[in-house]
Amino acid sequence: MAIALKSSCFFQVKKPEAGFPVYFSSKKAIISVKRNTPVAAIRTMETVGLSETFSRLKKQGKVAFIPYITAGDPDLSTTAEALKVLDSCGSDIIELGVPYSDPLADGPVIQAAATRSLARGTNFNAIISMLKEVTPQLSCPVALFSYYNPILKRGTDKFMSTIRDSGVHGLVVPDVPLEETEILRTEAKKNGIELVLLTTPTTPIDRMKAIVDAAEGFVYLVSSVGVTGARASVSDKVQALLQEIKEATSKPVAVGFGISKPEHVEQVAGWGADGVIVGSAMVKILGDAKSPQEGLKELENFTRSLKSALP
Amino acid sequence: MATSSIASLNSPSRLLSIPKEPYPSSHFSSNLLKFAAPRTPSSSVSCSLTRDPASVLPLEQRVELNNGALLHQRPDSFGRFGKFGGKYVPETLMHALTELEAAFHSLTADEDFQRELAGILKDYVGRESPLYFAERLTEHYKRPNGEGPHIYLKREDLNHTGAHKINNAVAQALLAKSLGKKRIIAETGAGQHGVATATVCARFGLECIIYMGAQDMERQALNVFRMRLLGAEVRPVHAGTATLKDATSEAIRDWVTNVETTHYILGSVAGPHPYPMMVREFHAVIGKETRKQALEKWGGLPDVLIACVGGGSNAMGLFHEFVDDKDVRLIGVEAAGFGLDSGKHAATLTKGEVGVLHGAMSYLLQDDDGQIVEPHSISAGLDYPGVGPEHSFLKDLGRAEYYSITDEEALEAFKRVSRLEGIIPALETSHALAYLEKVCPTLPNGTKVVLNFSGRGDKDVQTAIKYLKV
Repeated sequence: MAIALKSSCFFQVKKPEAGFPVYFSSKKAIISVKRNTPVAAIRTMETVGLSETFSRLKKQGKVAFIPYITAGDPDLSTTAEALKVLDSCGSDIIELGVPYSDPLADGPVIQAAATRSLARGTNFNAIISMLKEVTPQLSCPVALFSYYNPILKRGTDKFMSTIRDSGVHGLVVPDVPLEETEILRTEAKKNGIELVLLTTPTTPIDRMKAIVDAAEGFVYLVSSVGVTGARASVSDKVQALLQEIKEATSKPVAVGFGISKPEHVEQVAGWGADGVIVGSAMVKILGDAKSPQEGLKELENFTRSLKSALP
Repeated sequence: MATSSIASLNSPSRLLSIPKEPYPSSHFSSNLLKFAAPRTPSSSVSCSLTRDPASVLPLEQRVELNNGALLHQRPDSFGRFGKFGGKYVPETLMHALTELEAAFHSLTADEDFQRELAGILKDYVGRESPLYFAERLTEHYKRPNGEGPHIYLKREDLNHTGAHKINNAVAQALLAKSLGKKRIIAETGAGQHGVATATVCARFGLECIIYMGAQDMERQALNVFRMRLLGAEVRPVHAGTATLKDATSEAIRDWVTNVETTHYILGSVAGPHPYPMMVREFHAVIGKETRKQALEKWGGLPDVLIACVGGGSNAMGLFHEFVDDKDVRLIGVEAAGFGLDSGKHAATLTKGEVGVLHGAMSYLLQDDDGQIVEPHSISAGLDYPGVGPEHSFLKDLGRAEYYSITDEEALEAFKRVSRLEGIIPALETSHALAYLEKVCPTLPNGTKVVLNFSGRGDKDVQTAIKYLKV
């Protein structure tokens, strides 16, 4: 059981000289001096997984807040800090994107973040090192968001076991359709990773049913026909889609893509979503900020405002 | 299925027919025996019976070649060629792909569609393209004792727009219209597919948006102008490496966003199923005509087929007809750029590893982390880090051979063929032509070589000026 004290949002600015591990693109994390751990969050053991998180929230009548950020933008140290900020601000699950050269499902904001991250030399091993350090300090579970080729390159089994060892609980792979998920699902189950599956407004009902049947962790409902990226409003089709899915399954459903304001969050929660995912808006804050510290501060404020819109 | 005579091959409506019932395997193997064309052509028997040009194999059949090897369904019902292919795209596109596949199958069996398409291919595109005996090239490859292969060029450069790309563009535009889609998007590398798409959109009155890497726009400025003149909007893609792979990713993103109103005319035999199959089928007319023309010219089959391979569309268009003729050698030529060891090339089948790119599992150029690598070739159309899944399949099966040619070798061929035959080849095609230098010395006397002259080189003169002294 995690002994996490999630007090009000708390974070310390960590400057690299203060001894925080700096993650380079080489295979090892270079840990200099003693690390400062945030006082408010003391954890001794692993967090629970995605499904369990949702069950608990449901019992409390709460809707999950699920932010997404891209690993390595502006750099992995900031990502590590951002994970902690998001956690201590009340995120229930955090999605961490593995930057990829050809992100088909992503709009310009996340594309740009991936390009910057890769240009800095971010690689998978560095991300894993960072996660090994950080996940024990988080009170909420982490799900990775990765395209398929990097998983294939590593070998699906190896990939799953590696991410599990780093403390990750779940995985979202946006470019593998249901038909091709069999191997992924098998290896994920074997390694204790919950494989989240996506359904969209263009998915016919029968196919949606097959998808929700196979999904683990939660069902990811893509809110619109398109790629990631903030939108002015959330399509009201989402309400009907949520209803359809809930008739087909009792698994939790989280809505993502395009959600960027407290009003959106409130609306989607009101429609019956079990979770709300906010990505590009978060990534933009970190990417546009004048400095990592400023970015983290803004992230904190933004997360608070979104979280307060949720029951 | 009845065997058809040569006469029926002449009628354009037969060019794209698809059988409704499964191919009886006995029919198949008996035809294969008739077709066992020997490598040394001098004694080849003229085959008066050809099998039905309908060459999309129905779903559950396996074909056994004479040597007992199994050639699996290409593709199977999941869109796989062996382990390659598939549909690795965001869920948002899955329904559209299923719809597209259904539309493709129903239309290709539709006589009206076939007639309309055949008419356009004839009167608008200018098919059939000649199979031209390249006398001076053949002379050039004669050995001191006077022996050597006979070189024939399949003149896809003579099609409207100057390349093979139009075959697919025209058919897909018709397909889009029948699906009620008014907005067309496409990716383009060299610009030939972009021009072909802009051309057919003008012809059919469709809205046209072409995604092109910013780097490619610079090296193929003539084609950019042509596309705009034809009424298309050309959108530069600055993301990633600003070349074909990024343009393709951006086109896919546009399709994900606009899938309900938009048809994506993918330009090669890559991408998610049904594209590799569809694009191959629309280019298969190249091979079908070649079979007929070869029969007319020398009473037999070609012995060797050579084509350049970027995504692989012109090669599949030529090869497909002959894949089951086991004595016909299939040779694909990729771009070796600055050399295979330089790290700056696009020789996917030689140096790549299996992975997933743009919706298909295939060989691709990637780094240790599975990130897609930026390829290099002097020719924009070959500058793609992936390759069509069917080529990956044919390579692994050993049915087709793949080699590569450097920028320098391609430029030499560009010059050589211009001088020897008075035809300026596209830089892409120049790669296939360059390979003649390597293969011809090894070919027995009288070997019939058909090389797919995939495009003309007018678009490449700016690039050539930089590198060549003429």
